[in-house]
Amino acid sequence: MKPFLSVENMTQRYPDGQGGELTVFEDATFGVEKGEFVVILGHSGCGKSTIMNILAGLSDPTSGVVVMDGAEVKGPSLDRGVVFQNYSLLPWLSTLKNVTFGVAARHPEWTKAQVIDHSTKYLAMVGLEGDVIHRKPSQLSGGMRQRVSIARAFANHPKLLLLDEPFGALDALTRGTIQDELLKIWSGTEQTVFMITHDIDEAILLADRILLMTNGPYARVAESVEITIPRPRSRTEIIEHPNYYAIRNHLVQFLGKRSKEMAGQKGAVGTNSPTPVRIDKTEPEGDPETAPPALRAVNE
Amino acid sequence: MPTLSLNFRAAILSVSLLIVGLLIWEAAIPAQKAVGELTEYEILTGAGQPKAGVPPPSQVMVKAWEQLSDPFYDAGPNDKGIGIQIGYSIYRVLVGYALAAAIAIPLGFLIGMSPLAYKALNPFIQVLRPISPLAWMPLALFVIQDSEASAIFVIFICSIWPMLINTAFGVAGVREDWVNVARTHELNPIQTAFTVILPAAAPTILTGMRISIGIAWLVIVAAEMLVGGTGIGYYVWNEWNNLDLTSVIFSILMIGVVGMGLDAALGFVQRAVAYVE
Repeated sequence: MKPFLSVENMTQRYPDGQGGELTVFEDATFGVEKGEFVVILGHSGCGKSTIMNILAGLSDPTSGVVVMDGAEVKGPSLDRGVVFQNYSLLPWLSTLKNVTFGVAARHPEWTKAQVIDHSTKYLAMVGLEGDVIHRKPSQLSGGMRQRVSIARAFANHPKLLLLDEPFGALDALTRGTIQDELLKIWSGTEQTVFMITHDIDEAILLADRILLMTNGPYARVAESVEITIPRPRSRTEIIEHPNYYAIRNHLVQFLGKRSKEMAGQKGAVGTNSPTPVRIDKTEPEGDPETAPPALRAVNE
Repeated sequence: MPTLSLNFRAAILSVSLLIVGLLIWEAAIPAQKAVGELTEYEILTGAGQPKAGVPPPSQVMVKAWEQLSDPFYDAGPNDKGIGIQIGYSIYRVLVGYALAAAIAIPLGFLIGMSPLAYKALNPFIQVLRPISPLAWMPLALFVIQDSEASAIFVIFICSIWPMLINTAFGVAGVREDWVNVARTHELNPIQTAFTVILPAAAPTILTGMRISIGIAWLVIVAAEMLVGGTGIGYYVWNEWNNLDLTSVIFSILMIGVVGMGLDAALGFVQRAVAYVE
Protein backbone atom coordinates (compact mmCIF):
# COMPACT_ATOMS: atom_id res chain seq x y z
CA MET A 1 0.00 0.00 0.00
CA LYS A 2 1.47 3.30 -1.11
CA PRO A 3 1.42 6.27 1.23
CA PHE A 4 -0.92 9.19 0.48
CA LEU A 5 1.91 11.18 -1.02
CA SER A 6 4.74 9.23 -2.50
CA VAL A 7 7.93 10.67 -3.92
CA GLU A 8 9.81 8.10 -5.95
CA ASN A 9 13.41 8.33 -7.15
CA MET A 10 13.21 12.05 -7.61
CA THR A 11 16.36 13.57 -9.08
CA GLN A 12 17.08 17.17 -9.94
CA ARG A 13 20.01 18.25 -12.09
CA TYR A 14 20.84 21.68 -13.41
CA PRO A 15 23.39 22.66 -16.01
CA ASP A 16 26.32 24.05 -14.02
CA GLY A 17 27.08 26.74 -16.59
CA GLN A 18 30.35 25.13 -17.70
CA GLY A 19 28.93 22.44 -19.89
CA GLY A 20 28.54 19.96 -17.05
CA GLU A 21 25.70 19.10 -14.73
CA LEU A 22 25.05 19.85 -11.12
CA THR A 23 23.05 17.23 -9.28
CA VAL A 24 21.13 18.87 -6.45
CA PHE A 25 19.60 15.68 -5.12
CA GLU A 26 19.41 12.18 -6.44
CA ASP A 27 16.85 9.39 -6.07
CA ALA A 28 15.00 11.06 -3.23
CA THR A 29 12.31 8.64 -2.11
CA PHE A 30 9.89 9.21 0.74
CA GLY A 31 6.22 9.15 1.59
CA VAL A 32 3.78 11.19 3.61
CA GLU A 33 0.65 9.63 5.16
CA LYS A 34 -2.75 11.27 5.12
CA GLY A 35 -3.19 13.69 8.00
CA GLU A 36 0.50 13.66 8.79
CA PHE A 37 2.55 16.79 9.51
CA VAL A 38 5.97 16.25 7.97
CA VAL A 39 8.80 18.72 8.20
CA ILE A 40 11.90 18.59 6.04
CA LEU A 41 15.04 19.92 7.63
CA GLY A 42 18.38 20.56 5.97
CA HIS A 43 21.05 23.09 5.21
CA SER A 44 20.47 25.65 2.50
CA GLY A 45 21.55 24.38 -0.89
CA CYS A 46 20.34 20.83 -0.30
CA GLY A 47 17.36 21.35 -2.56
CA LYS A 48 14.54 21.73 -0.03
CA SER A 49 12.92 24.52 -1.99
CA THR A 50 13.30 22.58 -5.21
CA ILE A 51 11.46 19.64 -3.64
CA MET A 52 8.76 22.04 -2.51
CA ASN A 53 8.38 23.53 -5.99
CA ILE A 54 8.13 20.07 -7.51
CA LEU A 55 5.49 18.99 -4.99
CA ALA A 56 3.57 22.20 -5.72
CA GLY A 57 3.81 21.40 -9.42
CA LEU A 58 5.55 24.69 -10.15
CA SER A 59 8.56 22.91 -11.63
CA ASP A 60 9.36 19.43 -12.90
CA PRO A 61 12.07 17.12 -11.59
CA THR A 62 14.75 15.89 -13.98
CA SER A 63 13.52 12.39 -13.30
CA GLY A 64 11.31 10.58 -10.85
CA VAL A 65 7.63 10.84 -10.04
CA VAL A 66 5.41 12.28 -7.35
CA VAL A 67 2.17 10.44 -6.77
CA MET A 68 -0.54 11.94 -4.59
CA ASP A 69 -3.74 10.11 -3.75
CA GLY A 70 -3.19 7.67 -6.60
CA ALA A 71 -2.56 10.29 -9.28
CA GLU A 72 0.72 11.61 -10.61
CA VAL A 73 1.47 15.24 -9.83
CA LYS A 74 1.61 17.20 -13.09
CA GLY A 75 1.48 20.97 -12.87
CA PRO A 76 0.02 23.10 -10.09
CA SER A 77 -3.35 22.26 -8.61
CA LEU A 78 -5.83 23.55 -6.08
CA ASP A 79 -5.38 20.20 -4.33
CA ARG A 80 -1.96 21.37 -3.23
CA GLY A 81 -2.09 24.68 -1.38
CA VAL A 82 1.13 26.61 -0.91
CA VAL A 83 2.17 29.12 1.73
CA PHE A 84 5.24 30.90 0.40
CA GLN A 85 8.00 32.34 2.57
CA ASN A 86 7.39 35.87 1.30
CA TYR A 87 3.60 35.59 1.86
CA SER A 88 2.80 36.15 -1.83
CA LEU A 89 -0.26 38.23 -1.14
CA LEU A 90 -1.50 40.34 -4.01
CA PRO A 91 -0.74 43.88 -2.78
CA TRP A 92 -3.51 45.59 -4.72
CA LEU A 93 -6.20 43.49 -3.04
CA SER A 94 -7.48 43.89 0.50
CA THR A 95 -6.77 41.17 3.06
CA LEU A 96 -10.26 39.74 2.64
CA LYS A 97 -10.05 39.79 -1.15
CA ASN A 98 -6.73 37.98 -1.03
CA VAL A 99 -8.58 35.12 0.65
CA THR A 100 -11.84 35.30 -1.35
CA PHE A 101 -9.76 35.22 -4.54
CA GLY A 102 -8.52 31.76 -3.56
CA VAL A 103 -11.88 30.53 -2.25
CA ALA A 104 -13.66 31.66 -5.41
CA ALA A 105 -11.09 29.80 -7.50
CA ARG A 106 -11.71 26.66 -5.43
CA HIS A 107 -15.50 26.93 -5.42
CA PRO A 108 -16.60 28.67 -8.62
CA GLU A 109 -20.17 27.56 -7.96
CA TRP A 110 -20.48 29.43 -4.65
CA THR A 111 -22.32 32.72 -4.34
CA LYS A 112 -20.40 35.85 -3.44
CA ALA A 113 -21.90 35.81 0.06
CA GLN A 114 -20.82 32.19 0.65
CA VAL A 115 -17.29 33.00 -0.47
CA ILE A 116 -17.08 36.00 1.84
CA ASP A 117 -18.56 34.07 4.78
CA HIS A 118 -16.13 31.22 4.37
CA SER A 119 -13.13 33.56 3.97
CA THR A 120 -14.08 35.68 6.97
CA LYS A 121 -14.35 32.53 9.06
CA TYR A 122 -10.84 31.42 8.19
CA LEU A 123 -9.41 34.90 8.72
CA ALA A 124 -11.02 34.89 12.16
CA MET A 125 -9.37 31.55 12.88
CA VAL A 126 -5.95 33.18 12.55
CA GLY A 127 -7.06 36.16 14.63
CA LEU A 128 -7.84 38.62 11.86
CA GLU A 129 -11.22 40.22 12.43
CA GLY A 130 -13.03 43.53 12.03
CA ASP A 131 -11.55 46.42 10.10
CA VAL A 132 -8.20 44.71 9.67
CA ILE A 133 -9.54 42.46 6.93
CA HIS A 134 -10.28 45.45 4.70
CA ARG A 135 -6.71 46.72 4.88
CA LYS A 136 -4.17 46.23 2.14
CA PRO A 137 -1.27 43.84 2.88
CA SER A 138 1.13 46.81 2.93
CA GLN A 139 -0.73 48.11 5.98
CA LEU A 140 -0.21 44.84 7.87
CA SER A 141 2.81 43.63 9.81
CA GLY A 142 4.83 40.69 8.51
CA GLY A 143 3.20 38.36 11.00
CA MET A 144 -0.29 39.44 10.02
CA ARG A 145 0.53 38.99 6.34
CA GLN A 146 1.69 35.45 6.93
CA ARG A 147 -1.54 34.79 8.87
CA VAL A 148 -3.51 35.90 5.82
CA SER A 149 -1.47 33.59 3.66
CA ILE A 150 -2.10 30.68 6.06
CA ALA A 151 -5.83 31.48 6.17
CA ARG A 152 -5.92 31.53 2.37
CA ALA A 153 -4.27 28.11 2.20
CA PHE A 154 -6.44 26.47 4.90
CA ALA A 155 -9.67 27.99 3.56
CA ASN A 156 -9.20 26.01 0.36
CA HIS A 157 -8.97 22.61 2.11
CA PRO A 158 -6.21 21.37 -0.13
CA LYS A 159 -5.40 17.65 0.04
CA LEU A 160 -1.82 18.63 0.77
CA LEU A 161 -0.66 21.86 2.31
CA LEU A 162 2.87 22.94 1.45
CA LEU A 163 4.60 25.43 3.72
CA ASP A 164 7.83 26.86 2.33
CA GLU A 165 9.73 28.28 5.32
CA PRO A 166 6.59 30.16 6.27
CA PHE A 167 8.11 31.82 9.32
CA GLY A 168 11.56 32.47 7.89
CA ALA A 169 11.03 36.20 7.46
CA LEU A 170 9.50 36.79 10.89
CA ASP A 171 11.14 37.82 14.14
CA ALA A 172 11.45 35.14 16.82
CA LEU A 173 8.59 36.36 19.02
CA THR A 174 6.09 36.71 16.19
CA ARG A 175 7.22 33.36 14.87
CA GLY A 176 6.30 31.70 18.16
CA THR A 177 2.82 33.21 18.19
CA ILE A 178 2.08 32.16 14.65
CA GLN A 179 3.45 28.65 15.22
CA ASP A 180 0.89 28.34 18.01
CA GLU A 181 -1.82 29.60 15.71
CA LEU A 182 -0.79 27.19 12.99
CA LEU A 183 -0.98 24.31 15.47
CA LYS A 184 -4.40 25.44 16.64
CA ILE A 185 -5.86 25.75 13.14
CA TRP A 186 -4.21 22.50 12.03
CA SER A 187 -5.29 20.40 15.04
CA GLY A 188 -8.96 20.82 14.16
CA THR A 189 -8.44 19.38 10.70
CA GLU A 190 -7.20 16.22 9.05
CA GLN A 191 -4.93 18.38 6.92
CA THR A 192 -1.81 16.76 5.51
CA VAL A 193 1.07 19.21 5.79
CA PHE A 194 4.53 19.20 4.28
CA MET A 195 6.74 21.99 5.54
CA ILE A 196 10.28 23.23 4.95
CA THR A 197 12.23 24.85 7.72
CA HIS A 198 15.74 25.26 9.04
CA ASP A 199 14.60 25.90 12.58
CA ILE A 200 15.04 22.76 14.71
CA ASP A 201 12.74 23.84 17.56
CA GLU A 202 10.02 24.79 15.14
CA ALA A 203 10.31 21.40 13.48
CA ILE A 204 10.02 19.51 16.80
CA LEU A 205 7.04 21.61 17.92
CA LEU A 206 5.06 21.10 14.74
CA ALA A 207 6.02 17.81 13.16
CA ASP A 208 4.84 14.24 13.44
CA ARG A 209 7.93 13.27 11.54
CA ILE A 210 11.06 15.10 10.44
CA LEU A 211 12.89 14.24 7.23
CA LEU A 212 16.60 15.04 7.41
CA MET A 213 18.51 15.93 4.28
CA THR A 214 22.23 15.59 3.78
CA ASN A 215 24.18 18.44 2.25
CA GLY A 216 24.19 18.98 -1.48
CA PRO A 217 25.27 18.32 -4.15
CA TYR A 218 23.91 14.77 -4.39
CA ALA A 219 21.77 15.50 -1.36
CA ARG A 220 19.39 12.81 -0.23
CA VAL A 221 16.75 12.31 2.42
CA ALA A 222 18.80 10.31 4.91
CA GLU A 223 16.63 9.89 7.98
CA SER A 224 13.05 10.06 9.01
CA VAL A 225 12.81 10.96 12.69
CA GLU A 226 9.56 10.34 14.48
CA ILE A 227 8.64 12.98 17.03
CA THR A 228 7.56 10.96 20.04
CA ILE A 229 6.03 13.83 21.96
CA PRO A 230 2.26 13.59 22.44
CA ARG A 231 -0.09 16.25 21.16
CA PRO A 232 -1.43 18.76 21.91
CA ARG A 233 1.96 20.36 22.27
CA SER A 234 2.83 23.82 23.45
CA ARG A 235 6.14 25.57 23.19
CA THR A 236 6.54 25.91 26.93
CA GLU A 237 5.60 22.34 27.79
CA ILE A 238 7.42 20.26 25.20
CA ILE A 239 10.81 21.27 26.54
CA GLU A 240 9.89 19.48 29.78
CA HIS A 241 9.21 16.24 27.96
CA PRO A 242 11.96 13.62 28.36
CA ASN A 243 12.15 13.04 24.62
CA TYR A 244 12.59 16.67 23.70
CA TYR A 245 16.32 17.03 24.25
CA ALA A 246 17.04 13.51 23.04
CA ILE A 247 15.39 14.29 19.71
CA ARG A 248 16.86 17.76 19.58
CA ASN A 249 20.36 16.44 20.19
CA HIS A 250 19.91 13.89 17.48
CA LEU A 251 18.83 16.59 15.02
CA VAL A 252 21.62 18.95 16.01
CA GLN A 253 24.16 16.14 15.64
CA PHE A 254 22.82 15.33 12.23
CA LEU A 255 22.77 18.89 10.93
CA GLY A 256 26.04 19.85 12.55
CA LYS A 257 28.08 16.81 11.68
CA ARG A 258 26.56 13.85 9.94
CA SER A 259 24.84 15.83 7.14
CA LYS A 260 28.36 16.71 5.98
CA GLU A 261 29.83 13.24 6.45
CA MET A 262 26.95 11.58 4.66
CA ALA A 263 26.97 14.05 1.77
CA GLY A 264 27.27 12.28 -1.56
CA GLN A 265 26.86 8.76 -0.07
CA LYS A 266 24.29 6.36 -1.28
CA GLY A 267 21.78 4.94 1.16
CA ALA A 268 21.29 1.27 1.90
CA VAL A 269 21.81 -0.93 -1.12
CA GLY A 270 18.91 -0.91 -3.54
CA THR A 271 16.95 1.83 -1.87
CA ASN A 272 17.28 5.43 -1.04
CA SER A 273 14.42 5.56 1.44
CA PRO A 274 15.25 7.41 4.61
CA THR A 275 16.26 5.31 7.61
CA PRO A 276 13.43 5.45 10.16
CA VAL A 277 14.57 6.71 13.56
CA ARG A 278 12.52 6.53 16.70
CA ILE A 279 13.77 8.01 19.91
CA ASP A 280 11.57 7.43 22.92
CA LYS A 281 12.89 7.68 26.45
CA THR A 282 9.50 7.03 27.97
CA GLU A 283 9.38 3.47 26.65
CA PRO A 284 10.99 0.62 28.56
CA GLU A 285 14.62 -0.08 27.61
CA GLY A 286 15.60 -2.92 25.31
CA ASP A 287 13.14 -2.52 22.52
CA PRO A 288 15.44 -3.06 19.54
CA GLU A 289 12.81 -2.64 16.87
CA THR A 290 11.77 0.86 17.73
CA ALA A 291 15.17 2.13 18.82
CA PRO A 292 18.17 0.92 16.85
CA PRO A 293 21.16 0.61 19.20
CA ALA A 294 23.39 2.61 16.91
CA LEU A 295 21.30 5.65 17.57
CA ARG A 296 21.13 5.15 21.29
CA ALA A 297 24.67 6.36 21.55
CA VAL A 298 23.57 9.83 20.52
CA ASN A 299 21.12 10.03 23.38
CA GLU A 300 23.26 8.83 26.19
CA MET B 1 1.10 84.93 14.11
CA PRO B 2 -0.20 81.40 13.69
CA THR B 3 1.82 79.23 11.31
CA LEU B 4 0.08 78.91 7.98
CA SER B 5 -0.06 75.56 6.23
CA LEU B 6 2.55 74.79 3.60
CA ASN B 7 -0.08 74.73 0.85
CA PHE B 8 -1.41 78.10 1.85
CA ARG B 9 2.05 79.65 1.92
CA ALA B 10 2.85 78.12 -1.45
CA ALA B 11 -0.37 79.57 -2.87
CA ILE B 12 0.52 83.04 -1.56
CA LEU B 13 3.96 82.77 -3.14
CA SER B 14 2.50 81.58 -6.47
CA VAL B 15 0.01 84.43 -6.63
CA SER B 16 2.70 86.97 -5.72
CA LEU B 17 5.01 85.66 -8.44
CA LEU B 18 2.16 85.85 -10.94
CA ILE B 19 1.32 89.43 -10.02
CA VAL B 20 4.95 90.53 -10.11
CA GLY B 21 5.51 88.81 -13.46
CA LEU B 22 2.41 90.36 -15.01
CA LEU B 23 3.35 93.82 -13.69
CA ILE B 24 6.86 93.57 -15.16
CA TRP B 25 5.40 92.39 -18.46
CA GLU B 26 2.81 95.20 -18.46
CA ALA B 27 5.49 97.81 -17.65
CA ALA B 28 7.91 96.47 -20.25
CA ILE B 29 5.53 97.13 -23.15
CA PRO B 30 6.15 100.70 -24.42
CA ALA B 31 2.86 102.59 -24.66
CA GLN B 32 2.06 104.10 -27.98
CA LYS B 33 1.72 107.83 -27.94
CA ALA B 34 -1.62 109.32 -28.94
CA VAL B 35 -1.63 110.92 -32.39
CA GLY B 36 -1.97 114.40 -30.86
CA GLU B 37 1.33 114.12 -29.00
CA LEU B 38 3.40 113.22 -32.05
CA THR B 39 5.67 115.60 -33.81
CA GLU B 40 5.07 116.32 -37.42
CA TYR B 41 8.16 114.33 -38.31
CA GLU B 42 6.87 111.30 -36.48
CA ILE B 43 3.52 111.50 -38.22
CA LEU B 44 5.25 111.76 -41.58
CA THR B 45 7.42 108.70 -40.90
CA GLY B 46 4.37 106.62 -40.01
CA ALA B 47 4.69 106.45 -36.25
CA GLY B 48 0.99 107.22 -35.92
CA GLN B 49 0.00 103.89 -37.47
CA PRO B 50 -0.89 101.21 -34.93
CA LYS B 51 2.29 99.16 -34.43
CA ALA B 52 2.27 95.42 -34.06
CA GLY B 53 3.89 94.51 -30.77
CA VAL B 54 3.69 92.05 -27.95
CA PRO B 55 0.47 92.93 -26.16
CA PRO B 56 0.46 93.68 -22.45
CA PRO B 57 -1.23 91.16 -20.13
CA SER B 58 -4.20 93.45 -19.64
CA GLN B 59 -5.08 93.06 -23.30
CA VAL B 60 -4.61 89.30 -23.13
CA MET B 61 -6.96 89.16 -20.18
CA VAL B 62 -9.59 91.19 -22.01
CA LYS B 63 -9.21 88.81 -24.96
CA ALA B 64 -9.48 85.79 -22.70
CA TRP B 65 -12.64 87.11 -21.14
CA GLU B 66 -14.10 87.83 -24.56
CA GLN B 67 -13.26 84.36 -25.87
CA LEU B 68 -14.18 82.39 -22.80
CA SER B 69 -17.54 84.12 -22.37
CA ASP B 70 -18.57 82.80 -25.80
CA PRO B 71 -16.36 79.81 -26.53
CA PHE B 72 -18.57 78.01 -29.04
CA TYR B 73 -19.49 80.65 -31.61
CA ASP B 74 -19.02 79.71 -35.25
CA ALA B 75 -18.76 82.58 -37.71
CA GLY B 76 -17.28 80.78 -40.69
CA PRO B 77 -14.20 78.66 -41.36
CA ASN B 78 -11.69 81.20 -40.09
CA ASP B 79 -13.61 82.48 -37.12
CA LYS B 80 -14.62 79.87 -34.60
CA GLY B 81 -14.72 80.07 -30.81
CA ILE B 82 -11.80 78.74 -28.75
CA GLY B 83 -14.05 76.00 -27.33
CA ILE B 84 -14.73 74.60 -30.80
CA GLN B 85 -11.04 74.69 -31.75
CA ILE B 86 -9.97 72.95 -28.55
CA GLY B 87 -12.81 70.49 -28.95
CA TYR B 88 -11.49 69.46 -32.37
CA SER B 89 -7.98 69.04 -31.01
CA ILE B 90 -9.12 66.97 -28.03
CA TYR B 91 -11.26 64.82 -30.29
CA ARG B 92 -8.29 64.05 -32.57
CA VAL B 93 -6.01 63.36 -29.66
CA LEU B 94 -8.49 61.03 -27.98
CA VAL B 95 -9.27 59.06 -31.13
CA GLY B 96 -5.60 58.62 -32.07
CA TYR B 97 -4.70 57.86 -28.48
CA ALA B 98 -7.49 55.32 -28.04
CA LEU B 99 -6.45 53.51 -31.23
CA ALA B 100 -2.86 53.46 -30.01
CA ALA B 101 -3.89 52.09 -26.61
CA ALA B 102 -6.07 49.42 -28.24
CA ILE B 103 -3.03 48.14 -30.10
CA ALA B 104 -0.17 48.96 -27.71
CA ILE B 105 -1.59 47.34 -24.57
CA PRO B 106 -2.40 43.88 -26.02
CA LEU B 107 0.82 43.91 -28.06
CA GLY B 108 2.77 45.04 -24.99
CA PHE B 109 1.25 42.12 -23.08
CA LEU B 110 2.46 39.74 -25.76
CA ILE B 111 5.95 41.22 -25.83
CA GLY B 112 6.13 41.19 -22.05
CA MET B 113 5.00 37.58 -21.76
CA SER B 114 6.99 36.12 -24.60
CA PRO B 115 10.77 36.51 -24.83
CA LEU B 116 10.48 35.35 -28.44
CA ALA B 117 8.06 38.13 -29.36
CA TYR B 118 10.26 40.60 -27.48
CA LYS B 119 13.41 39.65 -29.37
CA ALA B 120 11.62 39.53 -32.71
CA LEU B 121 9.81 42.86 -32.39
CA ASN B 122 12.41 44.87 -30.52
CA PRO B 123 14.44 45.90 -33.61
CA PHE B 124 11.32 47.34 -35.26
CA ILE B 125 10.36 49.22 -32.14
CA GLN B 126 13.84 50.64 -31.73
CA VAL B 127 13.90 51.94 -35.32
CA LEU B 128 10.34 53.29 -35.42
CA ARG B 129 10.29 54.87 -31.98
CA PRO B 130 12.75 57.74 -32.54
CA ILE B 131 11.02 58.93 -35.74
CA SER B 132 9.44 62.34 -35.26
CA PRO B 133 5.70 61.82 -35.65
CA LEU B 134 5.53 64.77 -38.05
CA ALA B 135 7.88 62.97 -40.42
CA TRP B 136 5.03 60.55 -41.07
CA MET B 137 2.74 63.39 -42.13
CA PRO B 138 3.55 63.51 -45.89
CA LEU B 139 3.27 59.75 -46.18
CA ALA B 140 0.05 59.75 -44.16
CA LEU B 141 -1.46 62.51 -46.31
CA PHE B 142 -0.55 60.65 -49.47
CA VAL B 143 -1.77 57.25 -48.35
CA ILE B 144 -4.82 58.26 -46.35
CA GLN B 145 -5.71 61.24 -48.57
CA ASP B 146 -7.58 62.91 -45.73
CA SER B 147 -6.11 65.61 -43.55
CA GLU B 148 -8.32 64.83 -40.55
CA ALA B 149 -7.42 61.14 -40.58
CA SER B 150 -3.76 61.98 -41.17
CA ALA B 151 -3.68 64.12 -38.05
CA ILE B 152 -5.24 61.26 -36.10
CA PHE B 153 -2.68 58.87 -37.55
CA VAL B 154 0.15 61.14 -36.41
CA ILE B 155 -1.29 61.13 -32.89
CA PHE B 156 -1.63 57.35 -33.06
CA ILE B 157 1.97 56.84 -34.13
CA CYS B 158 3.42 59.19 -31.53
CA SER B 159 1.44 57.86 -28.58
CA ILE B 160 1.85 54.15 -29.28
CA TRP B 161 5.53 53.79 -28.26
CA PRO B 162 5.54 54.83 -24.62
CA MET B 163 2.43 52.71 -23.99
CA LEU B 164 3.86 49.71 -25.81
CA ILE B 165 7.23 49.82 -24.10
CA ASN B 166 5.83 50.45 -20.64
CA THR B 167 3.23 47.72 -20.97
CA ALA B 168 5.86 45.21 -22.07
CA PHE B 169 8.17 46.33 -19.27
CA GLY B 170 5.42 46.20 -16.64
CA VAL B 171 4.18 42.78 -17.74
CA ALA B 172 7.67 41.29 -17.92
CA GLY B 173 8.41 42.62 -14.44
CA VAL B 174 5.43 41.05 -12.64
CA ARG B 175 6.84 39.18 -9.67
CA GLU B 176 7.04 35.47 -10.18
CA ASP B 177 5.51 34.86 -6.76
CA TRP B 178 2.28 36.47 -7.88
CA VAL B 179 2.21 34.42 -11.04
CA ASN B 180 2.83 31.33 -8.88
CA VAL B 181 -0.16 32.28 -6.73
CA ALA B 182 -2.25 32.30 -9.90
CA ARG B 183 -0.78 28.96 -10.97
CA THR B 184 -1.38 27.23 -7.65
CA HIS B 185 -4.98 28.47 -7.79
CA GLU B 186 -5.40 26.93 -11.24
CA LEU B 187 -6.32 30.19 -12.95
CA ASN B 188 -6.45 29.90 -16.73
CA PRO B 189 -4.30 32.26 -18.83
CA ILE B 190 -7.12 34.76 -19.36
CA GLN B 191 -7.96 34.85 -15.64
CA THR B 192 -4.27 35.18 -14.80
CA ALA B 193 -3.91 38.07 -17.24
CA PHE B 194 -6.85 39.98 -15.78
CA THR B 195 -6.66 39.14 -12.09
CA VAL B 196 -2.90 39.09 -11.56
CA ILE B 197 -0.80 40.46 -14.41
CA LEU B 198 -2.94 43.44 -15.38
CA PRO B 199 -3.32 44.82 -11.83
CA ALA B 200 0.34 44.12 -11.12
CA ALA B 201 1.51 45.91 -14.26
CA ALA B 202 -1.16 48.65 -14.18
CA PRO B 203 0.98 51.35 -12.51
CA THR B 204 3.72 50.89 -15.13
CA ILE B 205 1.18 50.81 -17.96
CA LEU B 206 -0.44 54.00 -16.66
CA THR B 207 2.95 55.69 -16.54
CA GLY B 208 3.31 54.92 -20.25
CA MET B 209 -0.22 56.16 -20.93
CA ARG B 210 0.52 59.39 -19.10
CA ILE B 211 3.69 59.99 -21.09
CA SER B 212 1.76 59.24 -24.28
CA ILE B 213 -1.06 61.68 -23.64
CA GLY B 214 1.52 64.39 -22.95
CA ILE B 215 3.33 63.69 -26.22
CA ALA B 216 0.05 63.48 -28.15
CA TRP B 217 -0.96 66.91 -26.90
CA LEU B 218 2.42 68.35 -27.87
CA VAL B 219 2.19 66.85 -31.33
CA ILE B 220 -1.41 67.78 -32.12
CA VAL B 221 -0.55 71.50 -32.12
CA ALA B 222 2.21 71.01 -34.69
CA ALA B 223 0.11 68.58 -36.73
CA GLU B 224 -2.81 70.99 -36.92
CA MET B 225 -0.50 73.82 -37.97
CA LEU B 226 0.38 71.63 -40.94
CA VAL B 227 -3.01 70.20 -41.89
CA GLY B 228 -5.02 73.34 -41.13
CA GLY B 229 -8.78 73.67 -41.06
CA THR B 230 -9.66 73.40 -37.40
CA GLY B 231 -8.09 72.79 -34.04
CA ILE B 232 -6.05 74.75 -31.55
CA GLY B 233 -2.83 74.36 -33.56
CA TYR B 234 -4.51 75.79 -36.63
CA TYR B 235 -5.96 78.58 -34.50
CA VAL B 236 -2.49 79.63 -33.26
CA TRP B 237 -1.10 79.67 -36.78
CA ASN B 238 -4.11 81.50 -38.17
CA GLU B 239 -3.89 84.22 -35.55
CA TRP B 240 -0.18 84.54 -36.28
CA ASN B 241 -1.04 85.09 -39.93
CA ASN B 242 -3.54 87.71 -38.76
CA LEU B 243 -0.75 89.19 -36.62
CA ASP B 244 -3.14 88.98 -33.66
CA LEU B 245 -0.56 88.29 -30.96
CA THR B 246 -3.11 88.73 -28.22
CA SER B 247 -4.99 85.68 -29.50
CA VAL B 248 -1.72 83.81 -29.98
CA ILE B 249 -0.73 84.35 -26.35
CA PHE B 250 -4.22 83.50 -25.17
CA SER B 251 -4.25 80.24 -27.14
CA ILE B 252 -0.78 79.33 -25.87
CA LEU B 253 -2.14 79.60 -22.36
CA MET B 254 -5.17 77.49 -23.29
CA ILE B 255 -2.92 74.77 -24.72
CA GLY B 256 -1.13 74.66 -21.38
CA VAL B 257 -4.35 74.49 -19.39
CA VAL B 258 -5.86 71.68 -21.48
CA GLY B 259 -2.57 69.72 -21.42
CA MET B 260 -2.53 70.04 -17.65
CA GLY B 261 -6.11 68.76 -17.54
CA LEU B 262 -5.34 65.70 -19.66
CA ASP B 263 -2.32 64.88 -17.54
CA ALA B 264 -4.30 65.34 -14.33
CA ALA B 265 -6.98 62.94 -15.58
CA LEU B 266 -4.41 60.23 -16.28
CA GLY B 267 -2.69 61.04 -12.98
CA PHE B 268 -5.99 60.40 -11.22
CA VAL B 269 -6.32 56.96 -12.83
CA GLN B 270 -2.67 56.25 -12.05
CA ARG B 271 -3.23 56.91 -8.36
CA ALA B 272 -6.31 54.70 -8.44
CA VAL B 273 -4.36 51.66 -9.68
CA ALA B 274 -1.22 52.26 -7.60
CA TYR B 275 -0.35 49.81 -4.85
CA VAL B 276 2.33 49.53 -2.19
CA GLU B 277 4.26 46.29 -2.01
